[in-house]
Amino acid sequence: MLSRKFTTTACAAALAALSFNAQAQISGGSVKIGVLTDLSGTYSDLAGSGAVLATRMAIDDFIANEKPNFKIEMVTADHQNKADIASNKAREWIERESVDTVTELVTTSTALAVMKVAKEKDRLVIMNGPAATPITNEQCNDVSIHYTYDTYALANGTAKAVTAQGGKNWFFLTADYAFGHALEKDSAAVVTANGGKVLGTVRHPFPGSDFSSFLLKAQASGAQVIGLANAGTDTTNAIKQAAEFGITPTQSLAGLLMFITDVHALGLKPTQGMFLTTGFYWDRNDETRAWSKRFFDKQKKMPTMVQAGQYSSIYNYLKAVKATGTDDTGKVMAMMKKTPINDFFAKNGKIRDDGRMVHDMFLVQVKKPADSKYPWDYYTIKATIPAAEAFQPLSQSRCPLIKK
Amino acid sequence: MEIFGIPTALLGSQLLVGLINGSFYAILSLGLAIIFGLLNIINFCHGAQYMMGAFVAWIALTRFGINYWVALIGAPLIVGVVGVLIERLMLRRLYKLDHLYGLLLTFGLALIIEGIFRDQFGISGESYEVPEALTGGVNLGFMFLPIYRGWVIVASLIVCFGTWYMIERTKLGAYLRAGTENSQMVQALGINVPLLITFTYGYGVALAAFAGVLAAPIFQVNPLMGSNLIIVVFAVVVIGGMGSIMGSILTGLGLGLVEGMTKVFYPEASSVVVFVIMVIVLLVRPAGLFGKS
Repeated sequence: MLSRKFTTTACAAALAALSFNAQAQISGGSVKIGVLTDLSGTYSDLAGSGAVLATRMAIDDFIANEKPNFKIEMVTADHQNKADIASNKAREWIERESVDTVTELVTTSTALAVMKVAKEKDRLVIMNGPAATPITNEQCNDVSIHYTYDTYALANGTAKAVTAQGGKNWFFLTADYAFGHALEKDSAAVVTANGGKVLGTVRHPFPGSDFSSFLLKAQASGAQVIGLANAGTDTTNAIKQAAEFGITPTQSLAGLLMFITDVHALGLKPTQGMFLTTGFYWDRNDETRAWSKRFFDKQKKMPTMVQAGQYSSIYNYLKAVKATGTDDTGKVMAMMKKTPINDFFAKNGKIRDDGRMVHDMFLVQVKKPADSKYPWDYYTIKATIPAAEAFQPLSQSRCPLIKK
Repeated sequence: MEIFGIPTALLGSQLLVGLINGSFYAILSLGLAIIFGLLNIINFCHGAQYMMGAFVAWIALTRFGINYWVALIGAPLIVGVVGVLIERLMLRRLYKLDHLYGLLLTFGLALIIEGIFRDQFGISGESYEVPEALTGGVNLGFMFLPIYRGWVIVASLIVCFGTWYMIERTKLGAYLRAGTENSQMVQALGINVPLLITFTYGYGVALAAFAGVLAAPIFQVNPLMGSNLIIVVFAVVVIGGMGSIMGSILTGLGLGLVEGMTKVFYPEASSVVVFVIMVIVLLVRPAGLFGKS
């Protein structure tokens, strides 16, 4: 009897010690996630409050399913798409509030700025909104994960499909900052590699509102395809005005980065038939529908790939923290790189050494108004681009972490 | 034929596009100039009021089926009434204070109004279709001009010069101008100056909303559509000369053209060219091109 009592006590003590040990390795006893995103500007629909909601859902689901023995906190801030605000906020969060992971970071310039701060302070950065390939190439580091998509994958999907369909001559309308330049460069490379030609480029100030001058230039170039290397309201305004000036359907538009929120805002009439590349479509299978409907109930909008990626990345991050029992950047990162990602967002997703999460991407075509049967029924999936083809192969990597 | 390596056809079309944008600048800067002239208030929520005009038109169409033509008159009236309330309840208390207070108040209001719309409608915006009668376009030989854009030029010129005529050539305008010069004297002559001021602010705001309705079929109707534009419009007012009616109209149109040309030759600079001109004008002629120093 006594011995049994002893055993139970000893076991309890050991368990307590174990869990204490695990807790001791989580700094401050809690994992703190900082969602730094555009909460008010041009990208706030595609990321913004939806990304905050996705993070909240990931944390709540993780607590409910995995019952962790550590606390999870979330802080949020609006970086206003400005690199200086983003890096100052990240620094403040890390130094004063012991934030473990800074995440989301739509707008490449803010992402690059925060990556530098995080590297200096040895904290994790998980990016879902930004797009430019330098994040995992020239500017790559070992504390950053680029999760949802990038300009290479977009170009590789959309530009390739459009060129293959006979759109050989291109003219680019490019947002004049890091992201636009990267998207234009990656797309132009795909166009030329597939036997096409780039007839010209015009770079517009970001954000813009009237694109008619630029569109007239594109029209005068005689190009078959006008590639829109921009995003958000810039893209929607350009599409709208191209229709107004009779540029479409004589010349066709390729939205190199379009989100479902853009299609929703414009409606199917001006967007029908457009090809675009996405990492996530809510209506793809039962799993994606189930998650998306939960999201929709709260946000009243279907999730973009950024928001779905945000959920997936945070959930998998927390799993890695639980598995390693620590919030130490190096250990968590090693665990995340080791563990394949399998959820509604990605099947067999893998985080490579350059920080790139590779997973299947989808080439979709916007439906005709008559073919859309219910709200948000916008896309037909034309092709699944397997992870290995979708993203830049490591053999072409310009990231110093990749030894060739 | 080419000028500086640019085909003349393209140049012509760019000039026309510049003129269209200039039309928006003209209506907006005209409203600002009138308000500043009489109230001495730098109306920083002008952009938000422009946006409200577009949204009222959109809401009227989608929720109540009210068409563009009714909205073109109705939306400025509704937003103008909101302006009257702002003047009566808030701005009125600031006239004796420094300009800066008016600027701060209206700037704050702009942030609040835009915040409310962003919360309600999101940032991607809403689409407003071009009205049936103005769809399509005409081939001018050197370009395809959407009929709607042509209408924008016509409508804005009518409204701008109508306003100019009202202020410079009618009795009401004479009271207004007199009120600007010496409000106490005008009051002593038995004219209700506070009412005149309220009317003026309401009218300036209605002009902004009118521009908003004009813009709705061209741009995505979104909560930030005004804040992107308003800074340029302020520069236009400064260049034209604060409070000068004809100055703001001509400067608005002129700068639209200059901006259009910049988009041809060096598009990257198109968002700053107006400010470069502003700096030069301020250095050479601090009162503005048409202002009285």
